[in-house]
Amino acid sequence: MKVWLLLGVIVGSTVTADLLQSHEMKRHGEIHDFRLRGLRSVLSTLARKRNLILSVVCMAASFFAFMALVQVADLSFAVPASAGTFVIETVLARWILKEHVDSRRWIGAALVAGGVWLLAL
Amino acid sequence: MNPRLRWKTPAFAAIVVVSNAFGNLFLAWGMRHGAGEITASPLSFLRAIFNPWVSLGIVLLIAWMLSKMFLLSWADLSYVLPVTAFGYVLNALLGRLFLGEDVTPARWAGTLLIMAGVVLVGMGKPHSEQQPGGPPV
Repeated sequence: MKVWLLLGVIVGSTVTADLLQSHEMKRHGEIHDFRLRGLRSVLSTLARKRNLILSVVCMAASFFAFMALVQVADLSFAVPASAGTFVIETVLARWILKEHVDSRRWIGAALVAGGVWLLAL
Repeated sequence: MNPRLRWKTPAFAAIVVVSNAFGNLFLAWGMRHGAGEITASPLSFLRAIFNPWVSLGIVLLIAWMLSKMFLLSWADLSYVLPVTAFGYVLNALLGRLFLGEDVTPARWAGTLLIMAGVVLVGMGKPHSEQQPGGPPV
């Protein structure tokens, strides 16, 4: 019961965090400058974005739940099981972020989802 | 595709995969060796965080989060997610090798299926134009 409760927290908060992060990073645009000064400037700009702050809060919730999960479950179970987010996120990337998900990506996503399911058995 | 993205995208995808897999490994190792039992109390989480292995895992997972954010600034979420899913394979291997976990045949079959999915998606373009309407978030 505890394992599945922790997994539920991980899945819900990870999906929310990834959607918010992807949306905000696309709005920010591609990062070109990887020198220290450039990175500092990018990080200070990003640290003021509401969606990114919210995504970090969601990731923190997901992380603490994951910390508790790896203590009571195998890593080779915990990691793939938490990938239940994968299919939900691909569907939401298409519907909410309006990304073009072609048939190859759908098939690839389905294979990965099938693999994740087998890993979790 | 922009020629610069030909190396930048796979390089960042590799950093995302490796930092995540080793971050998870060190975290799991630390949580089982000296971190103490996790309870509903925040103090139990704080105590665990100061375990050296857990701290190292957290540093790597921060590197993972930052590299994934950078990657998402030019590549689609629906590309990044499956490509970085190779990390599941690496996690299963590390769990078997370093944590002595019993990885069943079903889990190895799942690993191969994930690799097939990753290869399929990796053959596509990492970026696509968004559809009209844009993200409403």
